[in-house]
Amino acid sequence: MSDIAAQFKLVKGSIYSHCFNQDRSLLAITYDTDCYVYKVSAAKQPQLVAVLPDHDKTVTAVDISVHGRIVTCSQDRNAIVWEPLSNGTYKPTLVLLRINRAATCVSWASSGYKFAVGSSARIIAVCYYEQENDWWVSKHIKKPIKSTINALSWHSNCVLLACGGTDGYARVFSGFIKGLDTKEQVAGSPWGEKFPFGSLVREWYQGAWIHDIKWRSSIDKVAFVTHDGSLNITDYTDDIKSVDNPEGLPFITLCWINDHEILAAGFSNHPVLYSEGSRGWEVSKILDSPVKSAGKLVASTGDDEEEGAFGMSALRKFKELDLKGKVSQQEEKSTHVNSITELAAYKESNNNVTQVSSVGLDGKLVIYKL
Amino acid sequence: MSQSLRPYLTAVRYSLQAALNLSNFSSQEVERHNRPEVEVDNTSAELLLQPMHIARNEHEQVLIEPSVNSVRMSIKVKQADEIEQILVHKFTSFLEQRAENFYVLRRVPVPGYSISFLITNKHTETMITEKLIEFIIDFMEEVDKEISEMKLFLNARARFAAEAYLEQFVY
Repeated sequence: MSDIAAQFKLVKGSIYSHCFNQDRSLLAITYDTDCYVYKVSAAKQPQLVAVLPDHDKTVTAVDISVHGRIVTCSQDRNAIVWEPLSNGTYKPTLVLLRINRAATCVSWASSGYKFAVGSSARIIAVCYYEQENDWWVSKHIKKPIKSTINALSWHSNCVLLACGGTDGYARVFSGFIKGLDTKEQVAGSPWGEKFPFGSLVREWYQGAWIHDIKWRSSIDKVAFVTHDGSLNITDYTDDIKSVDNPEGLPFITLCWINDHEILAAGFSNHPVLYSEGSRGWEVSKILDSPVKSAGKLVASTGDDEEEGAFGMSALRKFKELDLKGKVSQQEEKSTHVNSITELAAYKESNNNVTQVSSVGLDGKLVIYKL
Repeated sequence: MSQSLRPYLTAVRYSLQAALNLSNFSSQEVERHNRPEVEVDNTSAELLLQPMHIARNEHEQVLIEPSVNSVRMSIKVKQADEIEQILVHKFTSFLEQRAENFYVLRRVPVPGYSISFLITNKHTETMITEKLIEFIIDFMEEVDKEISEMKLFLNARARFAAEAYLEQFVY
């Protein structure tokens, strides 16, 4: 496939989350109750260099900060910050999350001095390092979250924090930590005047579960994907643009390509590129889709037989129609054979992402070319 | 197979496709638990989706109950007369006793239905969802055939037994 730059089978199980470090030389993935760290060099199978084993339940998310610190969070209610040591190992520090349900997602602020953890306890914990106690401590955002947080995203100003969850609300909170953040960071922000910690800046009701939410800081826009199979883009004017997935299956993850393009992927195993044109947001390209399935988009309205099965005799056609009432499906194999769980920008050139990495439930890492 | 079975199965197939989009979701009620939300008394209604009810006629129905991390699918198998009722009951209980070998089979059917499947995110993560749907659709096709074959067989056997029994009264 021309859309694929590289693909690696990393593990035998599902990968829920992955993250590359700043110079794309290290890759961290979640695998069962561990986090695996790989060394990556171009086009070669990644080398496993470290296993971070301290969790005792499924690890749900991983993120790497600009300084190379890895944070993992897990369904065992904990988050751990892994400090890289000079000998290639990692020193774990437990984070005082003070939550009593699973931690579901984690995200470093771009400064690398704080991160946010979403949880099933209907709490977002914003965590930062406290020098005097040598300890990562957290502050909670509780109201008005009514259900599990599925996704978090920091604005590049490190104050605005977007989140979405199973209560169907996309929200923007302020994650302003006194002593860590300064008012200059949000000076002139179109989102408001004052940002005390935990204040609700905006909320949008969508109704369906929100699987992922991402900022595009340069244009102050938020995009989120929901379980009703749509991609939604909004900004501080509360003007929500919504566009559906042509295949109907929901997206789990999205990634901004540039100010006017978004790549989204999910349960249909291959990514879809959306772009904003004069007629608003629309599908511009379906990546890594076999020619067959592109035709299916049109054909799938009826339950009729798919045409063009090579060398299919009339006899067989009628036999199958009669016997099974079933379409003789040609194997539609995309590179991922199960849902894609996370997309991330891999290569970028002047504010335009050219390559995107993805992981899926099939244990694969795929790098897509755009 | 009759013509009306095809749209029925197609409807079930697409409904399953829409329902089987599951994620790994830890309980928000009980600490350190990860359980199929469709199976537990749920105080958080937002985790359950609207159940889908597909009926071909009053004897053949399918109920699909989706939730965030599991789908319960119940099938009512056609039971036209008492013999078929007995056969379906025996057949499904035979399968249910061996439920662990079928992975997605539920040990007890939902009231009002003959057999239930419980598909969780563990299953969709380890199996190809398309094949899982294929399996269920195949099962639905086969089970009718199986039951009517058994019925024919039973009738033939009963006739044979009756003949053999009554022969001794012939002088």
